[in-house]
Amino acid sequence: MGIVVSNLTKKYGTQRAVNNISFEVKTGEILGFLGPNGAGKTTTMKIITCFMAPSDGDVKVNGQSVIEHPEIIKRSIGYLPESNPLYLDMPVLEYLDYVAELQRVPKSKIPDRIVEMVKVCGLDVEKHKKIGELSKGYKQRVGLAQAMIHDPEILILDEPTTGLDPNQIVEIRKLIRELGREKTVILSTHILPEVEATSDRILIINDGKIVADGTAETLRKQAHGQEVLRVQVLEAGSKDEVITAIQSLDTVAMVDPIMDAEFSFLINSKENASSKKSIFNLCVQNNWILTELTPIETKLEDIFRELTTN
Amino acid sequence: MKSVWTIAVKELRSFFDSLTAYILLVVFLGLSGFFTWLFGSDIFFIGQATLQPFFSIAYWTLFFFIPALTMRMIAEEKRSGTIELMLTKPISDWEFILGKFLAAFLLIFIALALTLPYYVTLLFIGHVDSGAVWSGYFGMLLVSMTFISIGLFASSITNNQIVAFLLALFIGVFFLIIFNVLANNFTGQTALLFNYLDLSTHYESISRGVIDSRDIIYFLSLSYFGLLLAEMSLAKRNIVE
Repeated sequence: MGIVVSNLTKKYGTQRAVNNISFEVKTGEILGFLGPNGAGKTTTMKIITCFMAPSDGDVKVNGQSVIEHPEIIKRSIGYLPESNPLYLDMPVLEYLDYVAELQRVPKSKIPDRIVEMVKVCGLDVEKHKKIGELSKGYKQRVGLAQAMIHDPEILILDEPTTGLDPNQIVEIRKLIRELGREKTVILSTHILPEVEATSDRILIINDGKIVADGTAETLRKQAHGQEVLRVQVLEAGSKDEVITAIQSLDTVAMVDPIMDAEFSFLINSKENASSKKSIFNLCVQNNWILTELTPIETKLEDIFRELTTN
Repeated sequence: MKSVWTIAVKELRSFFDSLTAYILLVVFLGLSGFFTWLFGSDIFFIGQATLQPFFSIAYWTLFFFIPALTMRMIAEEKRSGTIELMLTKPISDWEFILGKFLAAFLLIFIALALTLPYYVTLLFIGHVDSGAVWSGYFGMLLVSMTFISIGLFASSITNNQIVAFLLALFIGVFFLIIFNVLANNFTGQTALLFNYLDLSTHYESISRGVIDSRDIIYFLSLSYFGLLLAEMSLAKRNIVE
């Protein structure tokens, strides 16, 4: 079950909430959908789930278009909307039963599915309560349970961890990763560690346009084309001597001594090259003691900020 | 179509889970019973074994009760966002509205069925024109369908229940009173048109026992039109530009 979004546009008045975006999600992939508030994440999800029709362009789920066959697509999608709306006056079990029936789960299988969802989502203690009496975290679990009740091939989760405490967040992330082994998952969030923890691929959207697409690593590379190393050596002669020696390596683009620390340097490698090995060898040759050789990673936050602020 | 039933059952259950259904039933039976048997131009006052007094009071009671029943049905789903959840399930907008319609209709059906003892009582008191009674009940159901559709339409265009309630009354007043008044103030084709649009004319003939296909078509088409408008107002989310 793949999702193909092609030239999707959604207009609200003169504003384009989603502006001509195209991307693909392969079966079994967990896609992290990232972007500042109001970037168009929710709108895109509402279109994929057939809640709204696009102004232009199309979304195909497993080859079926959302415009032509919404009723087929809706069956294979489990959706957790942004604010997790629920019928607060319904008891948990009754609610799950209702959703299962609407999702056309065969009558004989409904009890089993409910039991399984209660187990997977950890609702056992609260299952007889009315939804309105549950805490926010449990409500979120009920929301997840109703999204998965019909064992959909595709899960679309709009900010699934908002309002949860850190333990619950870890649990939900674990759950999403487990689900993602068999299912296609699209997950929106603006919490950066979350996408890193859960997603195979990240899509960053800003002002209705895709600004980045790739794994966390490829995004890092894109943002910071070269490798940056932090190096510290001991028992070397003079600082200048070390700098010249390192500078003369083929792979090194620039050496930048760190001011306060002695014999500490930031070393930028040339594009697509790594200088870790040659620096190590250089130290061995000169009998310098290498006490630090740390690759400096660009944080996802920096990439995000770089891409989404103009 | 199975989903329509699923939705209807859920809605009906939520009427009974909250106090809505009980209040409606008690007040409806209380009011209509009071005016049918005890007060005003009741059965003993007019001295005929007929349910006519009941039908004329039920007509007005339902006019107020049905909007109170339908006002939350769609408006509340829009306010709380559950509509997004529902309409991303494999059901069409039409099935969604039809399910709501059916739930309200079933509740009214129950309310009317509970007044059948009135009919049984009458059978003991005197000679009853049973045909007129059944035709009256039939007319009552048709009128309820129309009121429910209007109520659902009103509920579909706002996310405020009070607005939905008042709007349904406002639309209802046109069909119950204003068209009638207009019909009396015009002549010729215009008068005929307003007279045809007036709901009470159609209802009165049915409640007297005259079942005319034109009246049935009037009620059914009005109901259908109301539901259609409700569906269109939901579908508006697709075309906001």
